[in-house]
Amino acid sequence: MLGKLDWSAIPFDQPIPLIAGAVVLIGILAVLAWVVVKGHLPYLWHEWITSVDHKRIGVMYILLASVMLLRGGSDAIMMRIQQAIAYQSQGYLPPEHYNQIFSAHGTIMIFFVAMPFVIGLMNLVVPLQLGVRDVAFPTLNSVGFWLTATGALLVNLSLVIGEFARTGWLAFPPLSELSYSPGVGVDYYAWSLQISGVGTLVAGINLVTTVLKLRTKGMNYLRMPMFCWTTLASNLLIVAAFPILTATLAMLLLDRYLGFHFFTNEAGGNVMMFMNLIWAWGHPEVYILVLPAFGIFSEVVSTFSGKALFGYRSMVLATMAICVISFMVWLHHFFTMGAGPDVNAIFGIASMIIAIPTGVKIYNWLFTMYGGRIRFATPMLWAVGFMVTFIIGGLTGVLVAVPPADFMLHNSMFLVAHFHNVIIGGVLFGAFAGFEYWFPKAFGFRLDERWGKRAFWFTFTGFYITFVPLYVAGMLGMTRRMQHYDVAAWRPWMIAAAIGMAVLTTGVICQIVQLVVSIRNREALRDRTGDPWDGRSLEWATSSPPPVFNFAFHPDVRGEDAYWDLKAHAKQQSLEHESPEYHDIEMPRNSPTGFVCAFFATIMGFALIWHIWWMVILGGIGAFATFVVFAWRDHDEYVIPAAEVARIDRVNLEERRSLVSMAGAV
Amino acid sequence: MAVTATYGDAHADPHHVGRAAEHPGPASKRIVTAYGFWIFLLSDIVMFSCFFAAYAVLADQIAGGPKGSEIFDQRNVAIETVCLLLSSFTCGMASIAADVRSRFWFYLGMAVTCLLGLIFLVIEFKEFADLVSRGYGPSRSAFLTSFFSLVGCHGLHVSAGVLWLLTMMAQVFAKGFRADVLRRMMCFALFWHALDIIWVGVFSVVYLLGSGV
Ligand code: HEM
Ligand SMILES: [Cu+2]
Repeated sequence: MLGKLDWSAIPFDQPIPLIAGAVVLIGILAVLAWVVVKGHLPYLWHEWITSVDHKRIGVMYILLASVMLLRGGSDAIMMRIQQAIAYQSQGYLPPEHYNQIFSAHGTIMIFFVAMPFVIGLMNLVVPLQLGVRDVAFPTLNSVGFWLTATGALLVNLSLVIGEFARTGWLAFPPLSELSYSPGVGVDYYAWSLQISGVGTLVAGINLVTTVLKLRTKGMNYLRMPMFCWTTLASNLLIVAAFPILTATLAMLLLDRYLGFHFFTNEAGGNVMMFMNLIWAWGHPEVYILVLPAFGIFSEVVSTFSGKALFGYRSMVLATMAICVISFMVWLHHFFTMGAGPDVNAIFGIASMIIAIPTGVKIYNWLFTMYGGRIRFATPMLWAVGFMVTFIIGGLTGVLVAVPPADFMLHNSMFLVAHFHNVIIGGVLFGAFAGFEYWFPKAFGFRLDERWGKRAFWFTFTGFYITFVPLYVAGMLGMTRRMQHYDVAAWRPWMIAAAIGMAVLTTGVICQIVQLVVSIRNREALRDRTGDPWDGRSLEWATSSPPPVFNFAFHPDVRGEDAYWDLKAHAKQQSLEHESPEYHDIEMPRNSPTGFVCAFFATIMGFALIWHIWWMVILGGIGAFATFVVFAWRDHDEYVIPAAEVARIDRVNLEERRSLVSMAGAV
Repeated sequence: MAVTATYGDAHADPHHVGRAAEHPGPASKRIVTAYGFWIFLLSDIVMFSCFFAAYAVLADQIAGGPKGSEIFDQRNVAIETVCLLLSSFTCGMASIAADVRSRFWFYLGMAVTCLLGLIFLVIEFKEFADLVSRGYGPSRSAFLTSFFSLVGCHGLHVSAGVLWLLTMMAQVFAKGFRADVLRRMMCFALFWHALDIIWVGVFSVVYLLGSGV
């Protein structure tokens, strides 16, 4: 009846996951109760859960990422404490539990923090920057988000019901095969990634189509803001790489569920094939994450330097070059597997070539700052902090891309330090910069600068105190994924790293405080002009938060830095023009499709993990029924009458005129 | 946002692309839908290429089991291929019928497409069932694993296509040739033709090359 599920799935003997699970459960129930009692449920349902507005969906993505950052961060704290005290002792975590933690940490950070964060920012900003009303497929967009949420939910369920994988975040066989991992951990891993992967693919298709086909009048390719370019590159990579992950996980699942022999040791299965496939996805994945961050830094650096981006065209070229080369270097992840010196040499060189376009970007940012009027607002701090950190990470990366060096450093703490260097310094700093930069656009008020700066400095220093020791430990020969150790020389570095983690955590807490303080003071921090940073691209041309339709008219773009040019001209002509003629606007209707789909996907995923076959069938029928019902709808759009558009737009115009006349007076 | 068309041409075009090359604005719904679906198809083809690659790697790993040449029945495969190619043709006819709003020819074209698809599936299912009953199931060897997965993945796509096809017929029946129904029909046709192309790949790589071994 319930497949493999019985009471033994709940770890009554392990206090940590139980307590954590109970706290989370109580938290969720409390929030739910509050929502219901306060009567917010209809609001949540109509304005958020069923919303197909790209801005709302973007915000929900970022919210999901933030919550999961806390979860993944707790795992990191637990690991750092364990390694600090586990010198010649067992520490406080049993080995199989420690293994689940590092697997869950990596999986969550990559798939449920970094991915949703960048996809959320792209969703929020790209249609605005392109001067259009929505993404190409609004309802699908909602489906994509909710499927990602399903994946996150399943991973968290594994905390209390059953277990998570003990295989690392890429679930290498044969360890992940049934014979070595008979529990449900790997199944949790594979199904949650499979489901959220569909969501990611949907988001990728959506954003590629949006950038390629929905640009406002005059927005030629070479006038798109840099963030749109990196979005395009990143999503092209998603479309090309995520199907590889889907296929690979499908093969692993077939091995586990039906006794197939793709990656087994018996009957001719081939483990190296898994390595090749997973890294053919995995290496582009790194650039899927970091390219949007590059885009954010480009926007931030040029805005806060008061200058157009230096070498815009070379930046575009570098972006697309990275997009292509990132597909040709995957083998550097297993230099040590015996492919032979020739193959290793070729892939080693290819890996180093990718440093060239990346270097181009760094120089362009520096030249953008050079001679500019730089304002060190919080987003700019993150950008500068990123440049410093990323250069170090890049250098150590070149080091591990040299085959002989890699034989020394493979799977050492050095490697762990390197990729955190890149992924925290690149992706996470980028996400934070984007968060601070676009927050006023999304919510209509700025974030508190003082707490923002504190958050930056704690995170920045905490980061170095945590990860520089790991480089050292790696050089001293410490390998990764160690549950406990007996080498005295490593100990001080592990303690230092744990202290760094505490500083880093303080940074995260500052960020939470910043949010609370800013919401409290939102009246004082209100952004009435829609353009709090004196921005250069079109998202700043509309009010904050933008109306559902974003723009009353599709803007007509005449050059790079569309909004900057407009402002310059508006100052000369002081925004005087005949009252425009407004038209009705058609917008897509809200739809529960995404949420219902995710509901059935959750049921199906859970049932598959626990081999509850009738429930799988039920979920499948439900999903198909949702699809048909959605396809059956008759009215998928509603009309906002011209008068309403005019009313909303006039308010925005008034605010803007007063801004321009004030600026003109200076 | 009254920012349209208010400032003069005095503002130089930095890249001298000229007005002729100006981007005209967002594309129509039809184009956007077709474009998005194309991209989806490309990603689907990437997924298939992984299974092709796996087949290429594992084809010789027979682990003492049968080789391809010992189990493939060329006659069945030929019938399957004819069915699928014909169904692509009838699917095209149905699309044309939809374009000229002819219900009768639309239903006929779709019904025949469905029938051909089902025949294909039945033959494939019998082939699989037959192999399994002889003890040559997918867990017999890595070769058979990759064979069943590649061919089965295509078969799953055909099954999904048949479901979609029936939904399309019901939609035309209930709603007529509305613009959104026509857009979906266009996507369905793209999907069905893509399956055909993939089958040509399967046919050549698995059955033709395999029987030579
Ligand atoms: C906030 C500070 C962070 C700390 C202190 C931290 C700490 C750690 C530690 C201790 C490990 C295990 C290393 C080992 O023994 O093998 C680890 C692994 C990992 N971390 Fe982090 N991490 C942090 C943030 C992140 C972020 C933001 C990401 C990605 C976006 C990330 C991705 C990963 C991955 C992919 C692994 C590999 C997991 C595996 O071995 O399978 N981490 N991290
Ligand atoms: Cu790589």
